[in-house]
Amino acid sequence: MDVILFLAFAAIAVVCAVNVVVQTHPISSALSLIGVMGSLAVLYLLLGAEFIAMAQVIVYAGAIMVLFVFVIMLLNAGAESRRGRSLTAQLLGIPGFFALLVLLSYTVLRLFPDAAHVKFGGFTGGSAKDVGKLLFTEYLLPFELTSVLILIAIVGAVVLARKELE
Amino acid sequence: MHPITTVHYLVLSVALLLIGTIGVLTRRNIVIVLMSIELILNAVNINLIAFSHHLQNINGQIFAIFVITDAVAEAAVGLGILIALFRNKETVLADQIDLLRW
Repeated sequence: MDVILFLAFAAIAVVCAVNVVVQTHPISSALSLIGVMGSLAVLYLLLGAEFIAMAQVIVYAGAIMVLFVFVIMLLNAGAESRRGRSLTAQLLGIPGFFALLVLLSYTVLRLFPDAAHVKFGGFTGGSAKDVGKLLFTEYLLPFELTSVLILIAIVGAVVLARKELE
Repeated sequence: MHPITTVHYLVLSVALLLIGTIGVLTRRNIVIVLMSIELILNAVNINLIAFSHHLQNINGQIFAIFVITDAVAEAAVGLGILIALFRNKETVLADQIDLLRW
């Protein structure tokens, strides 16, 4: 069951990720990216990270993607033309991608020859209670600094996107 | 059937990282470049959570939360810059924005 779930959702994630890069229209890319986020949330659940899985669905698939779709609609950007795609880049790039993938996967396999099996329920430390306990004790200072970061980002986004006053 | 190990998750993470990198390098539309950056950050999150499971240690998940927060801030500021850019140049294609070209 774990194997089937992992393979199915990993395949969905990779196919949707390729679709994000291949599609010419930004809206198609955004919808594919939501597919990636959703399937990754299932994989996080398999790894026992319940809180992160829910945060992934709410924050990524909810908030960030709404922001992206809103900006795409606002700018009314049409499909990108396919002009100027060099043949050498495609001939070298696609085999290069697979070569790098195989090389990195081989390195990981060599580094972890006897990695632990991932079973659903093998790690149960990812509930909101556990995450919150650690976040508000040991990681309190980074957590508070994060709120400052978010505030700076909000102010920066408003300043950048407003109309210039004459 | 082979059982799933941490290595499988790491290979998935490598695949998403490479696909995201290709998106950043090849696409002209800045919105899609930003989405590819989100893909790369998600690959980082898979790594962190897979190792959190591998080491039976929750600290990796805390770092994943910080990565998600960073991704939110980055998307907000990036899209703000994009709107300002579109107001001035009427384009979202990176190869048409050549203000700094010699």
